[in-house]
Amino acid sequence: MSRAVEAFNRRMLRARDAMDLAYSQPLDIPALAHVANLSEKHFIRSFRATFGETPHRYLQRRRVERSMFLLRETARSVTDICFEVGFTSLGTFSRTFREIVGETPSQYRLGHGPVVAPNCFVMAAMRPMFSAAEASTFGEAFDAAAP
Amino acid sequence: MLKINVTSIRVLDQEEALDFYVNKLGLEKAADIKQGPFRWLTVRVPGDPNIEIQLDEPGPPVLDEATAAQVRELITKGAMGGVVFQTDDCRKLFETLKSRGVKDFTQEPIEHPYGIDMGLRDPFGNQIRVLEPRAVTRERSKKEAAAAAS
Repeated sequence: MSRAVEAFNRRMLRARDAMDLAYSQPLDIPALAHVANLSEKHFIRSFRATFGETPHRYLQRRRVERSMFLLRETARSVTDICFEVGFTSLGTFSRTFREIVGETPSQYRLGHGPVVAPNCFVMAAMRPMFSAAEASTFGEAFDAAAP
Repeated sequence: MLKINVTSIRVLDQEEALDFYVNKLGLEKAADIKQGPFRWLTVRVPGDPNIEIQLDEPGPPVLDEATAAQVRELITKGAMGGVVFQTDDCRKLFETLKSRGVKDFTQEPIEHPYGIDMGLRDPFGNQIRVLEPRAVTRERSKKEAAAAAS
């Protein structure tokens, strides 16, 4: 039984890695479920059971983290950064960013300069976890929309 | 004075680990000592005898079955840490690993102000990172330029 759990976790981790690797590309649940070799509904439920959040939320936070990085470290426009990290609409990006971070991308940029740390540390440690939006239904609508 | 002598990576299967760390990643086997069910198995970077990495398979007699099962689950969630290696050519190593059938990359080589790095997982979920420091890249560029000029 235990060995089955291990193999299963490893597949879920592979799907999570796929998000960290390809966050800038159009990733959808069917593609990620395919990486984990599971049905979409089973994948979403299993991912949350394994890592404590939905795959959608994990990906949104990865994309927001990468946008925070680019806002801090570069002079590129907010629109440019929005598309660079994988969002397809500026409206969704701004709303999601504000929900997670608690301020707009421009406000965040004004308040933060470069962080001197290796990129792997930044990606591991600075993916935003807590915000006022935590109590909202952020990410849940995605589950409901799944077949 | 203190130096690192041995550090450990927890693995699900020592034979599979040995194959990955030696035949894929390019380390060499160091110690391999069996004592009943326990096997002290280590690998090291070729040419660097001072630091060994123990390939530690959790289980009795060191850990009871239930604890070992918990550790194994954490390994496969990627929650048990990993190792950072240094290389003199990160992109070349990336190509070499791909040609040896390694697929679980977590990050392709990217250039940062401090160097070029990449990430991958061992077969069990442990994170492995490889860094080519900026100074090493600079040194190599100098050599390549000198070779081209001569």
